[in-house]
Amino acid sequence: MLTAFLVFFPLAAALLLHFAKGGAARALALGASLLEFAVAVFAAFSYVHNGPAGFDLNLSWIPSAGISFHLGIDGLSLCLVLLTTVLVPIILLTAFRHEEYDNPGAFYALVLFMQTGLLGVFTALDAFVFYFFWEVALIPIYFLAGAWSRSDRRIQITFKFFLYTIIGSLFMLAGFVYLYLQTGPAAGSLAAHSSDIQAFYAAGKQLAASQQGWLFWLIFAAFAVKMPIFPFHTWQPDTYTESPAPATMLLSGIMLKMGIYGCLRWLLPVVPLGVSQWQHLVIVLAIIGIVYGAIIAIRQRDMKRLIAYSSLSHVGLMIAGVFSLKAIGLQGAVVQMLAHGVNVVGMFLVADAIERRTGTRYLPDLGGLTRRTPLLSVCFLVMLLSTVALPLTGGFVGEFLLLAGVYEFNMWAGAVAGLTIIFSAVYLLRMYQRAMLGPDSAYSETITDLSGAELAMFAPLIVLVFWLGLFPGTFLHLSEPTISGILTLVGR
Amino acid sequence: MLPIVLLSVFGIANLFLGFLRSNRALLPFALVVLALIFGVNLLDWNHAGSMTGLFDSPYVTQMLSVNNYSVAFSGIVLFTALVLLPFSRSYVAAHEPNLAEYYSLLLFSLVGAIMMVSYNHLIMLFVGIEILSISMYVLAGSDKRNVRSNEAALKYFLQGSFATGILLFGIALVYGATGTFQLNELATNIAAPANASLQPMLYVGVLLMVIGIGFKISAAPFHFWTPDVYEGTPTFFTAFMSTVVKTVGFAAFLKLLVVALPGTSAVWLPTITAMCVLTLLLGNVGAAVQTSAKRMLAYSSVSHAGYLLLGLVAGRGQLSGPAAQSIFFYSLAYSIATVAAFGVLKLVADQRGREDYAGLAGLARTNPLLAFVMTVAMLSLGGIPLTGGFFGKFFIFTAVASQGYIWLVVFAVLMSMVGIYYYLKPAIAMYMRPAEPGADAPIVVDGFQSATLVLLAILTLVLGILPGFLTGLF
Repeated sequence: MLTAFLVFFPLAAALLLHFAKGGAARALALGASLLEFAVAVFAAFSYVHNGPAGFDLNLSWIPSAGISFHLGIDGLSLCLVLLTTVLVPIILLTAFRHEEYDNPGAFYALVLFMQTGLLGVFTALDAFVFYFFWEVALIPIYFLAGAWSRSDRRIQITFKFFLYTIIGSLFMLAGFVYLYLQTGPAAGSLAAHSSDIQAFYAAGKQLAASQQGWLFWLIFAAFAVKMPIFPFHTWQPDTYTESPAPATMLLSGIMLKMGIYGCLRWLLPVVPLGVSQWQHLVIVLAIIGIVYGAIIAIRQRDMKRLIAYSSLSHVGLMIAGVFSLKAIGLQGAVVQMLAHGVNVVGMFLVADAIERRTGTRYLPDLGGLTRRTPLLSVCFLVMLLSTVALPLTGGFVGEFLLLAGVYEFNMWAGAVAGLTIIFSAVYLLRMYQRAMLGPDSAYSETITDLSGAELAMFAPLIVLVFWLGLFPGTFLHLSEPTISGILTLVGR
Repeated sequence: MLPIVLLSVFGIANLFLGFLRSNRALLPFALVVLALIFGVNLLDWNHAGSMTGLFDSPYVTQMLSVNNYSVAFSGIVLFTALVLLPFSRSYVAAHEPNLAEYYSLLLFSLVGAIMMVSYNHLIMLFVGIEILSISMYVLAGSDKRNVRSNEAALKYFLQGSFATGILLFGIALVYGATGTFQLNELATNIAAPANASLQPMLYVGVLLMVIGIGFKISAAPFHFWTPDVYEGTPTFFTAFMSTVVKTVGFAAFLKLLVVALPGTSAVWLPTITAMCVLTLLLGNVGAAVQTSAKRMLAYSSVSHAGYLLLGLVAGRGQLSGPAAQSIFFYSLAYSIATVAAFGVLKLVADQRGREDYAGLAGLARTNPLLAFVMTVAMLSLGGIPLTGGFFGKFFIFTAVASQGYIWLVVFAVLMSMVGIYYYLKPAIAMYMRPAEPGADAPIVVDGFQSATLVLLAILTLVLGILPGFLTGLF
């Protein structure tokens, strides 16, 4: 019941938003997202005390095809549910600050609609339910990124994004249909096949290694585009840069995690032999992505574009950690998913705050901002240091565990992947130096500091940065059973 | 059986309304008639073969067989015609005199359509196709003063009658080889041929029939009439052609292949597979390069014929198998989305005077409802989840894959990626491009039309969220 509420409440609120105007729309959107967060926290407590049993929701959907509407929450899902529900209110608040959006009610409604899609992905326990939500999440973000963007190239950019992601997903669908036809009937069902996750695990397991090898690529195509991994990333920098700030936050903060989550839940355990065949290639691609993203980030002068490439680089490390197939790497990926979500949203929040004040995010035009903006500088620095993976911050725990996993897999891979920390220190500190320190610019005297409301948006992010840095055990304990279950299925 | 009689009777009654010059009564009359017949049609559900009273004689039952299959497909076409009618309104205003005959032709064409899904005899199939086609030839040219409409009618007529000839030739050859027109007897006689030396004649006959019907459902390489005819025909009748004609064409085709010709699958299966690949390729690539939304929809209807042909490839066993189920669901989802798309396009084209993508620009600002309905329709035609089109494709792909045609499914998936490319274009135009100066006046939509569009959008979403209630029906 709680699961159904979590998934569908944002959608209901989105529909209601149609009838609200102006301030009422804002209050409704924000209230709904806060209530959603409160319910997610309640669910977390309930999970800790009573375990996952109460979250299972299994309704008949298309009985003649053996497809049921099966949702459930375990530790891994819960981490991502919490991440989504905590970030959406912040994203909505960011949208509130943009007075210039026309038809803002529709914007908020699409953000909430997107939340339903995301939560559906994170809780689906039936392959077609997963695919369903996977695509449902794409529709709102396409319009958010395109229709409210002020860029001249928005049509081409979002078109490319849409085509890339949907082509990847269609490959996944083809893979799922193939797997589905290998499954046996579910208990007590008249249909010949079943698309339940357990049926998929069983069906994938008995396939020959060669079949698993090409199935791996069909399914991985969707995740590879979404994360994105080099060389499937070409849609990412443009889309991140040219989308309105809230859409960028949704894309980078949450949607990217759909890819990593998909790998953990729907790839590794489904085609374990395929994974061990291609593991090396994927890690090599991930490491190329780390270095490539970082080198390009160093050369960037647009703050948003720099953060986009930095995200590309950091995602590479997460992918490498996941495909190391070591418990510590997978656990690191979970923590880093949360930490990266918080960090990257924080970074884009900073970029947005500066752009809204100065009208530019072009680094050579900025400089010397820190004098008038002590609060903004501190928030910027915290987010930046967490992204650089300084100890005490969430980024450190995540990246340390990931690197340990990759190192355990292969020493040299670990060594090259470790460059991500050095590189990110280089380009992020440069960005800070050019924007906040350095010689005065036209804006250094006129810029205003964070308002109370903006500070309230940063506060939860900063709390989470330190929470993840100091007490990562909270989340590691949650995800540990799921991760070890996945690794058992993979056979490690 | 009753729907056929009622449609004929009311069709004639409708002509009398024309004599009385009561043009304003035509639309309500047609709506009520269709709604009534839609209901009457459903009365036959689960009463397979038991045609009551008058129609119980063997003269009738050997010619037509009413079962859940025919009721389901008749239901689709009657419903499609019903939801299409509200969009005939502005047509009414533009062509004031002699309207009744168009409504009557519409009703008569539905007689042919229902005969095509309930035939039990090849002559009935032929008669059904002819009734439907002749009505459509006239309706294609109904915009008499427009050269393109005339061109469309002529093209459609010449090529259509040519195809009918081929079909008839095929039927004759099949009859010569088997000695029967009746579907079940055909199957038995083919399985145990009286004269094996007639086998080549049978095969040629089957091939000619496949080609003849291929023309009607615009399957490549017999599709080339489609774009020109669809573009020239008044939009209202284009919508009718691309939904009703296509749906019954496929229902008839599937029935023919599964009930009468399973013994000759060595001939038709490779043919249809090849037609399917070609149709998907030409339809999708053709649609991708169009600049006119109407022409894009014409090519897209060719591409949808390709997906439906995919369902025919899986057509084995009985009429209640996954192939029939998936074709039913697909046709329904496709018809609903196509009516919605053509409905919006017609309103825009009538009032902005253009049928290209640029004519749709800025629609999200001036008419959010129309833009939303059009987007839902496009997503459904493109097969994106949350819409009926997704499950249509999904069921068809699963049915084909379970017959072992994985390569064909992969090809179809690749082609639907191309599809997404061009179905996104109207959405981009409506939501992201500003209206052209001078063309930004809101489109006037009457309440009845917007209610119909909302209904169609909701139905598309319902089919996409709760497809379960329409699967496993028959």
